[in-house]
Amino acid sequence: MEGRILEKQAVIEMRGVTKRFVDVIANDKVDLKLFPNEVVGLLGENGAGKTTLMNVLFGYYNLDGGEMLIGGEKVSFSSPKDAINHGIAMIHQHFTLVQTQTVLENVMIGMEGSFFLNYKKAKEKLLGIEKEFGFHLDPDAVVWTLSIGEQQKLEILKALYRDAKILIMDEPTAVLAPTETIELFETLHNLVKSGHSIIFISHHLQEVMDICDRVVVLRNGKRVAETEVSETTIPELASLMVGRELLERLDKGKSKTGEVILEAKDLRVKNNRGITAVDGLSFVLKEGEVLGVAGVSGNGQTELSEMLFGEVKPEEGEIYISGKKVPGGSLSSVIKESMARIPEDRIKTGLFMDLSVKENMILESHVKEPISKNGLINIKEIRSFADNCIKSFSVKTDGMDAPVKSLSGGNLQKVILARELVGDPKLVVACQPTRGLDVGAMEYVHQAMLNQKESGAGVLLISDDLDEIFLLSDRIIVMYEGKIMGEVSAEEADRDKIGLWMSGVTS
Amino acid sequence: MMSEIFTVTFITGLIAATLRMSTPIILATLGEIITERSGVLNLGIEGTMVFGAALGFLTTLATGNLWLGVFVAALGGIVLSLLMAVLAVYMGLSQHVSGLGITIFASGLAMFIYRLVVGSPIVPPVITPFTPVAIPLLFRIPILGGSFFTQYSLTYITWALIPLVSIFLFKTRAGLRVRTIGQNPFAADTVGVNVNLTRTLCLAAGGAFFGVAGAFLTLAHQNMFLIDVIGGRGWIAIAMTIFGNWNPVMGAVGALMFGFLDAFQLRMQTLGVDLPFHIFLMIPYLITILALISVSRKATVPAGLLRPYRREEKG
Repeated sequence: MEGRILEKQAVIEMRGVTKRFVDVIANDKVDLKLFPNEVVGLLGENGAGKTTLMNVLFGYYNLDGGEMLIGGEKVSFSSPKDAINHGIAMIHQHFTLVQTQTVLENVMIGMEGSFFLNYKKAKEKLLGIEKEFGFHLDPDAVVWTLSIGEQQKLEILKALYRDAKILIMDEPTAVLAPTETIELFETLHNLVKSGHSIIFISHHLQEVMDICDRVVVLRNGKRVAETEVSETTIPELASLMVGRELLERLDKGKSKTGEVILEAKDLRVKNNRGITAVDGLSFVLKEGEVLGVAGVSGNGQTELSEMLFGEVKPEEGEIYISGKKVPGGSLSSVIKESMARIPEDRIKTGLFMDLSVKENMILESHVKEPISKNGLINIKEIRSFADNCIKSFSVKTDGMDAPVKSLSGGNLQKVILARELVGDPKLVVACQPTRGLDVGAMEYVHQAMLNQKESGAGVLLISDDLDEIFLLSDRIIVMYEGKIMGEVSAEEADRDKIGLWMSGVTS
Repeated sequence: MMSEIFTVTFITGLIAATLRMSTPIILATLGEIITERSGVLNLGIEGTMVFGAALGFLTTLATGNLWLGVFVAALGGIVLSLLMAVLAVYMGLSQHVSGLGITIFASGLAMFIYRLVVGSPIVPPVITPFTPVAIPLLFRIPILGGSFFTQYSLTYITWALIPLVSIFLFKTRAGLRVRTIGQNPFAADTVGVNVNLTRTLCLAAGGAFFGVAGAFLTLAHQNMFLIDVIGGRGWIAIAMTIFGNWNPVMGAVGALMFGFLDAFQLRMQTLGVDLPFHIFLMIPYLITILALISVSRKATVPAGLLRPYRREEKG
């Protein structure tokens, strides 16, 4: 391994790269080398500067200090075009695809060639690349009809179409099912074999161990470690990344189940494209247990949560809270039954980004006494309520009057937790509660869920993160194409079987 | 009355008037479609048309050259659209506010320049307008000849522009880039397409269309400039852009429908039906609203519309 590094010329070398935003240093004198036929992992918590560093390499941000060499030559990029011309492609976490256009159009853009579009020639080239690397995407398919995994393949195809030799992948597995991840890794292996080099951004330690040759760890914008993967361990990487030892396992405790708190009977609903998203779903949740709903995202979990939250009226089926039937699609009656709702998208549906922390905290209680009396709200009560929330959920903020958008992802989620959990609800429905959060914030959310269970609440945990499901659940159901593929208790659950269920295979 | 409606002269006249009256709306709609496909709503359209109408008229009044008038009107439209680009593209201000601001500014400026040049005479000055050009042989076809093939040159050009704009948007490199920017500017930027420059060029092209659309009204349809010469046709073009689902052909169909209703109501007024003429004036607008309600539910708005693009300067 050492020998290889010594004899070969680095394809990319970043020396002392510094990037400042108005008041923060996002990258502080970072060094990074990438060799041919190599996968380098770029590891770090959210906000550690991984994506920023890569955006500098991709020419999306200007360099504030340091230098970059490609194939030994000094370069200076002023836009992604320069990076593309040097054979660099970046596959962003949020895909840069046009949903209403075809696969072919998405691939062609920027590489069209002649004035009039030559679809035929482009299609031949695309199919040639697909054949070479074992892809099977229909060039004429419209992007929105593709699964997330297929859309990611399209992003890789876009890069290959540009003859990119260096691929930057920003958390590529965050959106994938276990089987899709395995497929992605196979693709990456093929690419490396055929002379490509890959920078793989992740905070998933196991994946970094699986796919990378070498790993560079960033913390607070600084490079804190670099090591061959064969010479490190997961716990070591974790503590390097966070800067402290982590609790390796939460104690999820015993479940003392009580009454049935939530029951769904034969729920059925179409999504906004008119396709059946939830197809005859039934389950029961008892007090004092965590029921995990596993599944690859896009298999009806969002629609299920929308029905439970009262945002969407089921076309068929009933929802009961504590044995009482809740009218479908009625937000106010769900709030009245004190369901704590932790929505999937905290920015779009969970919070009003422009309102203050305190205003976001009273969203559901502002019509109730003591905050509201005779149609007037009591500012003093709001302040003491918000103060209590901020303290008991240790929200890091400049104050309760700060706009919520000034908070970090983890603290945004804490604001939601505070709002939803402060009255000790009997029922908690959490949808992807740790999506996009870093390890520290994740740990906090997990602990909060378990505390709710401890105090006797029933917790429905909808998540596409299988680790999270295993960590917290007492019982697991798996959703696939809007149906339940199987149910199993946590003790009897094994990952392979659940993985198969998630891919729609029953055995 | 029925017998009057179905005379050959009436029908020929109606078709001819429909094509004539829809010309400025088709032009403006095509311009707005190009602009909105790139993700910019240009509400400066109405004012830009007034400006084009005034500039075109004054140029011709001074030089006697109609085509020079058309050319200057197009230039005026481009200048105003570049102002829109500075505000809404490069400074990233609200497209609604910038556009409405330009409409108010340009309408005032048009009247100001007109007054500077001609003062306020009791009888407004007139020019010798475009005359319809009969296409050899084709104009002899009964009914169709007198209506379709005896039109102003600008009308023929407008008809040619409908397929040309379609081909531009759907069959050319630049068109693909415009559509991509209108849907997902970030995607275009990451493959090295200059988002703001492309938007500016689209605005400029749209502005030229608006200017000429305005000039059509003072150089062909009428022979004088009045401040209300555009009479909301710019807003109708905005509606037709939505009605046509950002597709040039469908947008033109909508504009044609409006032109037909406009021509029809004028004829109804002269038939001596005992109703206030305001009722007839309302008809085209009313039916446009109804058509919009039915169609726009299915409309697929360019996803990047109304969103200024700048690289996020945040991690």
